[in-house]
Amino acid sequence: MNLAEGVQIVSFGILSVMMLGAAIGVVLLDSIVYSAFLLGGVFISIAGIYLLLNADFIAAAQVLIYVGAVNVLILFAIMLVNKRQEFQPVPRAWIRKAATAAVCAGIFALLSTMVLSTPWAISTATPAGNASVVVIGLHFFSDFLLPFELASILLLMALIGAVVLARREFLPDDDFEKAQAEALKLPERPRELVPSGRNETVK
Amino acid sequence: MNPGIDLQGSFIESLKSFGLPPGVAKVLWMPFPMLIMLVGATLGVFTLVWLERKISAAAQQRIGPEFIGPLGILAPLADGLKLVFKEDVVPAQADGLLFTLGPAIVVIPAFLSYLIVPFGQNMIITDVGMGIFLWIALSSVVPIGLLMSGYASNNKYSLLGGLRAAAQSISYELPLALSVLAIVLMSNSLSTVDIVNQQAGYGILGWNIWRQPVGFLIFWIAALAECERIPFDLPEAEEELVAGYQTEYSGMKFALFYIGSYVNLTLSALLFAVLYLGGWEFFVPIGTIAGFLNISETTPWLQVVAAVLGIGMTLLKAYFLIFIAILMRWTVPRVRIDQLLDLGWKFLLPVSLVNLLITAGLKLAFPVAFGG
Repeated sequence: MNLAEGVQIVSFGILSVMMLGAAIGVVLLDSIVYSAFLLGGVFISIAGIYLLLNADFIAAAQVLIYVGAVNVLILFAIMLVNKRQEFQPVPRAWIRKAATAAVCAGIFALLSTMVLSTPWAISTATPAGNASVVVIGLHFFSDFLLPFELASILLLMALIGAVVLARREFLPDDDFEKAQAEALKLPERPRELVPSGRNETVK
Repeated sequence: MNPGIDLQGSFIESLKSFGLPPGVAKVLWMPFPMLIMLVGATLGVFTLVWLERKISAAAQQRIGPEFIGPLGILAPLADGLKLVFKEDVVPAQADGLLFTLGPAIVVIPAFLSYLIVPFGQNMIITDVGMGIFLWIALSSVVPIGLLMSGYASNNKYSLLGGLRAAAQSISYELPLALSVLAIVLMSNSLSTVDIVNQQAGYGILGWNIWRQPVGFLIFWIAALAECERIPFDLPEAEEELVAGYQTEYSGMKFALFYIGSYVNLTLSALLFAVLYLGGWEFFVPIGTIAGFLNISETTPWLQVVAAVLGIGMTLLKAYFLIFIAILMRWTVPRVRIDQLLDLGWKFLLPVSLVNLLITAGLKLAFPVAFGG
């Protein structure tokens, strides 16, 4: 085992522990804000594992999309919602928790048997490394053309939609305008301005 | 292409001649560029703080720091020492863990992005294939740190400031990425070294700024907004508002925000120089000068001169941009928050989309000039 392999194994261990710990935290913690921040940790750890698998473009895209966009959106949603509601303790909550745990354990068992029993076809091709962007681009425009075009049209629609929504001329209702005009008026009698020469005479 | 000096290669070769195995020699090399970049970035912050003080003083017809060292050059150091010795206050009932983690998440991506800033053909920490994309991805992590510190401060002004800062940061990321994409389209590569090499050969005439007259303006506006500089410094408009997400911070945690903002500004200026101003290229191509003087381009001393000139040119261009940013800070009024978001979503985003479309069209029509 040379140095590079050792570094890879150690970082894989650290990343796996980080990912699993953060993911368990997302589910089990009571504070929703902590869950959202830990979700970012999960995404970052997954990006690290992509890096270890020589998929650097996917790793950067993971950080950009999941951490930079999805997670920020979740945080925004949490922080902008101002819901003050007392949490009612549910009677016999342990039944729900036990059922959830059973379902999760079942899915985990199912997935692990699937992973272990599938004869994975491990590619023997050398990783593309720095040229991965070019390889991905070639695939996009040959055998994955239709999904790529569909996804790009969808994203372009979302982008243009954002611009259209932002540029829409807002037509306020009459009562809204009236209410605003009243709110902006100060409840004060109009008064005369103090003559500017007075200060000098006092001095 | 002239390979220039390969410091890494010669360092590893010389260690190997002492009888070290190549793996160990490479491990010994690895910390050097990172350390140099870290120290360079920190020194850049000191220079920037000093420049800001001096230029702001000149803009307001004052003298500025004068007695702390020659020309007040040690004033930033005194600032730093003051912040180190300040008491590190965590407000009562604030979330201590997130409160500490927030500034770190804001600063770390800025320093990490120095990974891809090239100062010469081989003067870069690593020439990753997706260079500039890595910067965009890393800078998209920053809003999380802002939200985290805003939330953890247990202060409504901080929370609102954090939300505003994050909103500003994500809304200007789009025009920034789209204007960078136009450059990437022309240079057929995401790597910063390739982007500079694509501008090389014609001296100042080959720089991307002539081919992307709209793109560079969008990039500069978006970069200023990402760095929270005037006219876009709404999250912490110092004369008007409570200091936004930084309100509760003091001592070293505040210093992290402070350093982070200046490192970010330097980084944006450096990347502007790389993307639009030909990076380390001189105004006249080095090859032309060498041909004029009848010297081979591979002459050792010429390579050393070219490398020094390359670093000098990168820094010169970056500091010219920083000068403009500082001058703007002390001469331009700031925009309102609704104007800021309007500008980002209603103006810059459509314009940068059109710019991308036109660049793609020009690339097809004139492959010679726009990188076929």
